[in-house]
Amino acid sequence: MNLWVVLAVNSITLGGLLFLLSAGFSLIFGLMKIPNLTHGSFFMLGAYLATSLIAHGFDFWTAAILGGLLVAALGGIVERLILRRLVGAELAQVLVTLGLSFMIADVCLLVWTGDPIRIATPAALRGATSVMGLGFPTYRLAISLIAVVFAVLLWMLLDRTRLGAMIRAGVDDPAMARVVGIRVSRLFTIVFCLGAWLAGFAGVIGGPILSVYPGLDQEMLPLALVVVILGGSGSLVGSLVGSFVVGFLYNFGQAMFPELAYVVLFLPMLVVLVVRPQGLFGRQAV
Amino acid sequence: MTRLALVAALVFLATVPLWIGGTYYVNIASQILFYAIFALGVNVLAGYAGLVSLGHAGLFGIAAYAGARIMNDGHGQLVVAAGALGVTLLVSAAFAVLALRGTGLGFVMITVALGQIVWGVAYRWISITNGDNGIAIRGRPSPLGLSLTTPASFYSATFVVFLLAVGSMAVFVASPFGASVRGTRDQPLRMNALGYHVWMIRFLAFLFSGFWSGVAGLLYLYYNQFVSPQAVALTASAEALLMVIAGGTATLLGPIAGAALVVVVKNVASAYIERWNFVLGAIFVVIVVFMPEGLVPGTVRRWRRALAALRPRPTAAG
Repeated sequence: MNLWVVLAVNSITLGGLLFLLSAGFSLIFGLMKIPNLTHGSFFMLGAYLATSLIAHGFDFWTAAILGGLLVAALGGIVERLILRRLVGAELAQVLVTLGLSFMIADVCLLVWTGDPIRIATPAALRGATSVMGLGFPTYRLAISLIAVVFAVLLWMLLDRTRLGAMIRAGVDDPAMARVVGIRVSRLFTIVFCLGAWLAGFAGVIGGPILSVYPGLDQEMLPLALVVVILGGSGSLVGSLVGSFVVGFLYNFGQAMFPELAYVVLFLPMLVVLVVRPQGLFGRQAV
Repeated sequence: MTRLALVAALVFLATVPLWIGGTYYVNIASQILFYAIFALGVNVLAGYAGLVSLGHAGLFGIAAYAGARIMNDGHGQLVVAAGALGVTLLVSAAFAVLALRGTGLGFVMITVALGQIVWGVAYRWISITNGDNGIAIRGRPSPLGLSLTTPASFYSATFVVFLLAVGSMAVFVASPFGASVRGTRDQPLRMNALGYHVWMIRFLAFLFSGFWSGVAGLLYLYYNQFVSPQAVALTASAEALLMVIAGGTATLLGPIAGAALVVVVKNVASAYIERWNFVLGAIFVVIVVFMPEGLVPGTVRRWRRALAALRPRPTAAG
């Protein structure tokens, strides 16, 4: 298969994973004003937990959902016990999430050792699917499909439900949202758990492609940061577009300028920062 | 009285190699000094300017990498130092222009991203940085013909640089410029209304901070005679910030005490347990949650409160 097509497929796959990762990151940042630096750790932890779940006989998809739920539970604990104590002290919250990310990374190293672990591709999705005369790896197509499904679900959640309306109100003006009777602090917990679940789930379904290894957290976190800076925080469309832009830049950058892949990745972010600091789809802070 | 304490502290620090016993401890003392310089540099932004950077290890590392490259190209020590610091200042300026597009959390996020770019380059741009293997250098410089090969002599040289750093910080804090930096932290809008160029003040503070981070990075290179991507990892930036926060931000002694704490705990912890990163993270969480103003002031506050709780309560009228 043509190299460019392969790269494009890989880019879309990575973009899909990044969307799952960064949609939660972006919502948390938009609502709670916390750049949650444990988000990369959630991704990695979800994948590690799934490897253990699969080793205990669960099938891939159950492990993905359960792994996500365990991560979400941890996220809930972190939000309730620690971040809740630091309301208003945004900087302290950032530092705590950073400290937690180190702790999670070290515990993962202790439990799952330093060797990379590959999650086996689910049996039904192995091999290639032929689309328009070209053979595509089925699993990568599936990831792209999952990302699209989640994008639609999240959009419906945010745009069509009462909870979504409350979240949007919380993002736009938390003080006013409280005045009209929305329990913003409960939204914090819901959004934080949802974001953690998405990150953990993304880690699991990314497992067959990326595998899991120490340092995965620190590799994914900057990507999520770039997506959010590019797309604008609290914007679902921004996350979606940003994810695919980053997916393409990362894969094509690595293929064409292997030594400068990181620079290629961050340059557009810098351009956006200079030209449009609130991000492509972000709204100007009130 | 304070002058006496200052002289006593200086004598105490200057004579460390004489009484501390054992080169291992002298080396730890040297590490404390150059990390203290780094922490002082970070404190200019995090403490006085209210701009928390999580990418300063990038500047620290760039100085080390630039120094190593220039030295291995066969240039003299003066060229190495000037070149490394020049490169660091240029990169600091570029970082400042980008990072100052945001304040508060935006600034934090941009500095994380910038720091990760430096890490990515150090790790991946193998033809320049030798990737994960890092770059080794031939040896330490000999300023004014004095050899720095022994731990004690290196300590003394680091101490001189440390004094310069502390002195420059003292001058900075007391100067009108220092006051205007604190002004942009506390009241940026009023400072702007008063006619100060807030952006330029922050930019210059960033350069000042970057300069001392670079000096610390260069000392780190001389100390280890080796630099690898580990020096520019996010963990390194976080450690520097932890030093500042642990000791107490926007104070002169805080970052120094914090550097001593982190270096000592790191060495003690890694001697007994493997899990330094876990300890680092835990210290971070505990300090931020329980003692946000820093260990020294925080301990004092908790101690006072405990004492007050023991005393009989004064009457309401009192």
